[in-house]
Amino acid sequence: MKFGVVVFPGSNCDDDTVYTLQHNLGQNVVKLWHKDHDLQGCDFILLPGGFSYGDYLRTGAIARFSPIMNEVIEHANRGGYVMGICNGFQILVEAGLLPGVLLRNLSQKYSCRNVHLLPQSKKALLTAELPQRAYKIPIAHGDGRYFIDEDGLKRLNDQDQVLFRYCEADGSFTDEANPNGSIDHIAGVSNETFNVFGMMPHPERASDEALGNIDGRYILEQLVSTVLI
Amino acid sequence: MTSTEVHDGNALPTVETARKLGVLPEEFDRIREILGRTPNFTELSIFSVMWSEHCSYKNSIVWLKTLPRDGERMLAKAGEENAGLVDIGDGLACSFKIESHNHPSALEPYQGAATGVGGINRDIFTMGARPIAQLNSLRFGNPELAKTKWLVKGVVKGIGDYGNAFGIPTVGGEVFFDECYNTNPLVNAFSAGIVEVGKVAKATSYGVGNPVFIVGSATGKDGIHGATFASEDITDKSNEKLPAVQVGDPFMEKLLLEATLEIIETGYVIGIQDMGAAGIICSTSEMSAKGEHGMIIDLDKVPTRQSNMHGWEILLSESQERMLVVVEKGKEHIIQGIFDKWDLHCAQIGEVVAAGPNDAGRLHFYQHGALIADVPAYDLVLGGGAPQYHREYREPAYYQRFKQFEISSVPDTSADELTAVAKHLLSHPNIASRRWVYEQYDSMVGTANRSTNRPSDAALVRIRDVKRPDYSKGIAMTVDCNSRYVNADPFVGAQIAVSEAARNLTCTGAEPLAVTNNLNFGNPYVPEVYWQFVQAVKGMGAACLKFGTPVTGGNVSFYNQSSDDGPVFPTPTIGMIGLVENPEHQMTLDFKETDDLIYMIGVAKNDIASSEYLYSYRKVKESPAPQFDLEEEYTLHQGLKTLIQQGMVQSMHDVSDGGLFVALAESAMPRGLGFQVSTDKNYRTDAFLFGEAQSRVLVSVKPSQQGAFQKLLGADLKLAHTLLGTVTAKDFVIDSATVMTTGEAKDLFDNSLGKLMA
Repeated sequence: MKFGVVVFPGSNCDDDTVYTLQHNLGQNVVKLWHKDHDLQGCDFILLPGGFSYGDYLRTGAIARFSPIMNEVIEHANRGGYVMGICNGFQILVEAGLLPGVLLRNLSQKYSCRNVHLLPQSKKALLTAELPQRAYKIPIAHGDGRYFIDEDGLKRLNDQDQVLFRYCEADGSFTDEANPNGSIDHIAGVSNETFNVFGMMPHPERASDEALGNIDGRYILEQLVSTVLI
Repeated sequence: MTSTEVHDGNALPTVETARKLGVLPEEFDRIREILGRTPNFTELSIFSVMWSEHCSYKNSIVWLKTLPRDGERMLAKAGEENAGLVDIGDGLACSFKIESHNHPSALEPYQGAATGVGGINRDIFTMGARPIAQLNSLRFGNPELAKTKWLVKGVVKGIGDYGNAFGIPTVGGEVFFDECYNTNPLVNAFSAGIVEVGKVAKATSYGVGNPVFIVGSATGKDGIHGATFASEDITDKSNEKLPAVQVGDPFMEKLLLEATLEIIETGYVIGIQDMGAAGIICSTSEMSAKGEHGMIIDLDKVPTRQSNMHGWEILLSESQERMLVVVEKGKEHIIQGIFDKWDLHCAQIGEVVAAGPNDAGRLHFYQHGALIADVPAYDLVLGGGAPQYHREYREPAYYQRFKQFEISSVPDTSADELTAVAKHLLSHPNIASRRWVYEQYDSMVGTANRSTNRPSDAALVRIRDVKRPDYSKGIAMTVDCNSRYVNADPFVGAQIAVSEAARNLTCTGAEPLAVTNNLNFGNPYVPEVYWQFVQAVKGMGAACLKFGTPVTGGNVSFYNQSSDDGPVFPTPTIGMIGLVENPEHQMTLDFKETDDLIYMIGVAKNDIASSEYLYSYRKVKESPAPQFDLEEEYTLHQGLKTLIQQGMVQSMHDVSDGGLFVALAESAMPRGLGFQVSTDKNYRTDAFLFGEAQSRVLVSVKPSQQGAFQKLLGADLKLAHTLLGTVTAKDFVIDSATVMTTGEAKDLFDNSLGKLMA
C-alpha cells in the first residue's frame, strides 16, 4: 500500500502530510510533482492544504488544471482512493470529483483554531468505524463555507455522503460550533461511490503526541485500518 | 560594455538636489571626495539610499557596538550576516531576526505589514535556513479611533494573508495600544529558521568571472526610495510617497523559498542576499564589499515589469521577492534548471570582477551600453565608508517629573471596587485575549507548534527533522517590550523588556540563548529622543550581559514621530529565543486541577507605578517605571529552572501587565477553573493585586508536593514565596468575596478586543 501526496506550487501542508503518514502512521509515502503525469503506482492520492497558485482567481481553480490532475481524475474514476484536505478539498470540488462549493467564511476572515467534528457517514469507510464522539481538529482557512443547492444537499444526506459535521465539544450542533457558516454544519463530504473524500479541517495537524492532540490520527488511521485493506 | 566615461544622461546634481534626496551638504562633499568628481544623479541616488539611516545605521551604530555580541553559541556576529545565527547542538543552528515595517504600514497597513513579513522571512532563508515560526510585535494608537481600527485590521490581514500563504506558522506576538502611536503604528516582524551548521549561505561575492544572477520577481517601480522614506518623520505630505510602499506576493515568496533552499543545497552558491531595502544596489554593494571584489552589471538584463525604467529606478527599486545570487562559473545551467522547475525568473545580469589596485572592489552599472554609475562598494556600506555620527543627547524634563509620583496621591481599591477594576482590566485592549488577532494567523502549519494545546508564556516550536524523526528539541521564542515602562525610564524599562523576555522563556521551560532587537524611536536629531535611545541601549546591554543572551542583530527604526503627536514611546522590542532540550520540561501556564495550591514566587511591593491600573483606570499618566532589580530577577530565573527540572510545579505564569490578578485569571481560564486567594494586608490592595512590580511568578503546586516545594524554595533556593490560596472549580474569589465567575471573566477576556474591532 502506497500513499502519494501531490505538491502544487503553493502547497504548504505537503511536508506535514508526508511526515504524518510516514512517522505517525508508519506508511510508505511519495511526493508527486504537479507537472508530472505519473502516480508512481500509489494506491491512495492525497491533495494537501496550502495556497496552490496563490489562491489566484479562486481557491483550487488553477491547480485543478495541473498536468497531474488528469491522472488523479482517471485514478478516481477507476475507483481509486483520493482525499483532499483544506485546499485539497477545494481543488477536488473545482475538479468536479466532489459535489458542492467552498465559499468565503461567513466572518469574511481567515480562521485558524481547534474545532470539533462529529463523524457522520456509515457508508464511507473513512468514518464508518470511527467511534461516535466529538473529535478536536484544527481548521485554517478563509474559504471553507461548504455550500450546495437544496437538491444536492438532499442527495448528500439521502446517500449518506456527509463525512463530518462541525459540533460542540459535547457533540451537539449549535450555530457557534459552525466556524464558517457551512450549510448543515458540513465539514467534509464523500463522492457517491465513496472513494473520494474531502474535508476542510486538518487531521494531520492533530496526529502527534508532541502536539498534545491525536484526535486527527484516529481519523487518518481509518485509511490504513479500514479503507485500504 | 566598453565605455569608461560615466554618464547617465542627466545634468550633474547640485547640493540642493542632494538635500532633496536626503543627503546632507557635508555628506555631498564626502561623496565628491570618494569619487574624485561630482556624482551624477544615478550615483547620488545610490549614496542617498545606502547612506540613509535605514541602510547605514549612521545615527545608531556607535551605540549598537556597545551591546554584548559574543557568546559560545554565536556562529555569526551581529551585522555580519542577514540574520543572527546560534548553535543549538546536534549540528543545527537557529537563524533569527526581527525587523520593522513601521513607515509603510502607517500609510498602507495591508501591504506595509505583508511586505514586512516577506522581508524578514527572506533574511532567514537567504542563509539557507528553512523558517519554522514567526512572531510579530504591533503597536497602535487609541483603539476607539476609526483610523486605528483601519490600521489594525489592515496590518493583521496583511500579516495573515502573507504569512498564511507562505506557510510558516505565526506562533505568538504582542499588541499594545496607546495614543502615542496614533500617527505612527509600529509593525515589527520576527522569523526564526533552522539550518545545518556548515550549510549556511553567506552574503558575499568573490571569484573573478563568476556570474551574478537576479532571481524571483521582475523589477518594477514600487518602493523606490523606500529606505530614504523610512528615514524621515511622517508628515501630511507622506501620502505623496505611496509609491515608496512595496507590494507583496506570498505565492512568489513561497516558490522563492523552495528554489533558494534547493540551489543552496547544490553547494554551487558563492553568495546570496535578499533584496529588501535599497534593492539591487544594496545587495550588489554589501556582497561585493564583504567579498572584496567588484561587479560589472548590465541593467538591460534585469527582468522589469515595465519598459523605459531609468537606471536609478532599477537600482533602487524595492520590488519584493527577489534575490541576488553569485554562482560558481560553469554551474549556471544547474541553477537555471532549479528556477525553471519553480517557474521563476533567473537572469544573469553581470559578473564578478577583481578589486582594483586602489580600491576594494568597484561596481560598474551599464544601461543601453553606457556606464551610468561607477562606485566603490566599500564606501557605500555600513562598516565601510558610510558615515557614523555621535549625536547630542539630553535628559528630557519629564523624566524627573515622573519620578515624583507618590502612591499616596491615589486612593487604594476598596473591596466594593474590586469587581469594577477586574472587569476594566480583563476587557482592556492591552490585556484582553488577542484571539481576534491570532485566529487570523495560521499558527499550526508545519505541525510544530507545541503551544497550541499547551498554553505557555512563550511559544514553543519543535524542530521537525525528517532525517531524525525522534528528534525532540524545541525552540521557545517571544517578543516583549512594555514601552510605557521604557518611556518612564528608558534604562530600567529596557532592562525590564529583556528580563520579561527571558522570564517568559524560563517559564516555558527553556534556557534563554540570544536576542534580536528592534529599536523603534523618534527623530534622532532631537536630543531628548536620542537620550531615550542611549539610555535604552545601555539598559538592554546590561540585562543581556546578565542573562548571557548576546544581541545577534536586529533593526533600528528612527523617525517614528509626527508633527501632530510627537515621538512614539521609545520601544526597544526584544525578540529572544531559548532552547528546550527535553520536551518533558515544557512548562504551561494553565491551572490543572482543583485544590492545587497557588503560590506567588518573588516579593510583593507597594508599587503601582506605570501599571495598566494606574494608567487607564486611575488615569494617572505620569509615574516612574515599576520597581526592578536585575540581580533579584536573575536569581528568580535560576530558581524557576530548578523548580521545573525537579517537577515541582503544575503551572507557571509570569506576573506582568495587569499584575497578580490578571496572572491568576489567565491561569484559571484555559480549563474553566477558578481560584480562591487572600491578599496580604501589609500591602495596599491595588498594589498587591494590580501592581506591576517585576520579578514575580505565579505557580500552582500539587498538595502532595507542598512540603518538597516549600523546602526547595526556602532552604535550598532561598526564594521568597507566598501561599495565596487554591485552585477551585469556578469563580474568582478574593478575600472570601466572589469578584466574578469564571464564565463572566472568559466572556470579557475572550471577546472584548473583537467587539472593539467590529
